[in-house]
Amino acid sequence: MRRERLKVVAGEEVGPYTLVRIERGGLDPGAPGQFFMLEAPGRLLPRPMSLCLAPRGELAFLIDPIGPGTRALCAMEPGDHLQVLGPLGNGFRLELDRPLLVGGGIGVAPLPHLSEALKQPPAVLGFRSEWHAQAAELVPNAQTCVEPTLVTQLIPEGMDVLACGPEPMLEAVRAVAPDAQLAWEAPMACGYGACYGCAVEIDGELKRLCVEGPVLCAA
Amino acid sequence: MLLNASGCLDALTAPDVARALDAFVTKTVTPLPRDGNTPVRIAETDVGMLNSIGLANPGIDRFVTRNLPRLGELGVPIWVSVGGFETDDYAEICSRLDDHAEVSAIELNVSCPNVEAPAESAAQIVAAARLATRKPLWAKLSPAVPDIAEVARAAQAAGADGLSLVNTIRGLKLDARTLRPVLGPGQGGLSGPALRPIALAAVATCYRATQLPIVGMGGVQNGLDALELIAAGARHVALGTILFADPDAPARVRAELHTAGAERGWRAYEDAYAVAHEEALSVGTTLDDRSSL
Repeated sequence: MRRERLKVVAGEEVGPYTLVRIERGGLDPGAPGQFFMLEAPGRLLPRPMSLCLAPRGELAFLIDPIGPGTRALCAMEPGDHLQVLGPLGNGFRLELDRPLLVGGGIGVAPLPHLSEALKQPPAVLGFRSEWHAQAAELVPNAQTCVEPTLVTQLIPEGMDVLACGPEPMLEAVRAVAPDAQLAWEAPMACGYGACYGCAVEIDGELKRLCVEGPVLCAA
Repeated sequence: MLLNASGCLDALTAPDVARALDAFVTKTVTPLPRDGNTPVRIAETDVGMLNSIGLANPGIDRFVTRNLPRLGELGVPIWVSVGGFETDDYAEICSRLDDHAEVSAIELNVSCPNVEAPAESAAQIVAAARLATRKPLWAKLSPAVPDIAEVARAAQAAGADGLSLVNTIRGLKLDARTLRPVLGPGQGGLSGPALRPIALAAVATCYRATQLPIVGMGGVQNGLDALELIAAGARHVALGTILFADPDAPARVRAELHTAGAERGWRAYEDAYAVAHEEALSVGTTLDDRSSL
């Protein structure tokens, strides 16, 4: 478990989101689906973010400015510094015959890194508006839909599904693809198993997402 | 000594963080396994964080057979935090721990804000635990009582060897949009910087009331915060919420504590113990040889 103070390289707007690019320092980018805890300037607790892209010498995170912490992260300027801890948790299993990436909204965040690792498999992405759908440009070979069309309507049979998105989407994906690997999300204070805050009930059991997830098998 | 606050570190998941402390305090153990409370369980506020974990733990049976042997291998003294819903629960767990050499001390959590409080008083629980174990007993008290000195004196009379001050205080956060509670169970325990002046007051009050050794905790972010607790009357300091944001906090706070002590003219930071209760220094005389202030 490694924590470093790293320099912001750039913040790029992608629709309503910001792609925050940070110098990698001595940190390992980890496996797709793993996450990092990013210091949120001026806030008490860091924020968990899955790695979006791992350009040479950098770590890039796609962030949705929905609260004070994520807004502060999106507002960081090149040259600013922040503490970064990671990589944390368990990523996606990559030995698959017919991978299909499924993403919803800011849930597309880990898919660019995942797409690269799987040599750009097909992807289906759902968004609530055309503006949000601009994030689809980060994922190669993606078919995009906007509400009221749902991603689950675009999932062909017989695919090895790897999905990330809001909980209702993940539940719906699980219904059509029972063996899917799902990346879940929960508020976390620590990201390394200390706080027990990120427990989510899955199949009647409470699991600590940061240690046992965030990627869990649906079955 | 530098410890962690109970529930703020899992030594089996993060052994290196635990080894950076002088003693590791476990998450509270109850007689039966508990899943804990319904998510959402944590929320940040502008002045601290709220948690409502609800004493998630494997129960005393699995704790003793599965966790304790592994904790014993860490090479750090182990304090076990004990919780329950009636006096007998505490007594039972204390007697189960009594024969385990891995256990250096027992902290009685008589003040969790996130589960139904035991009906008995802290003193009754301490008295029952005292009969069940020879281990050092630390009573962890809530600052949310009318007179913490009275609770502390009663715990001392019942046989407590020390006090852990303070537990979290109950708080509520509403979702700004829906105006409904953010936390699944509604309310939770407030920790972090907001708790620090409350902890300082509780430590100072209980020091004067009992002179018992105290583990001070509540909102410690850095070495100076820790030094202030020592000055208020804490023998030891525990780190809580800061561990979530900074797993390197034990080494950092320890280094800052030495520096903060030295800057104020103390050869060892322990020498600042309870200094807040002495008469204030008169400016111009003693401050001369503490010019680095």
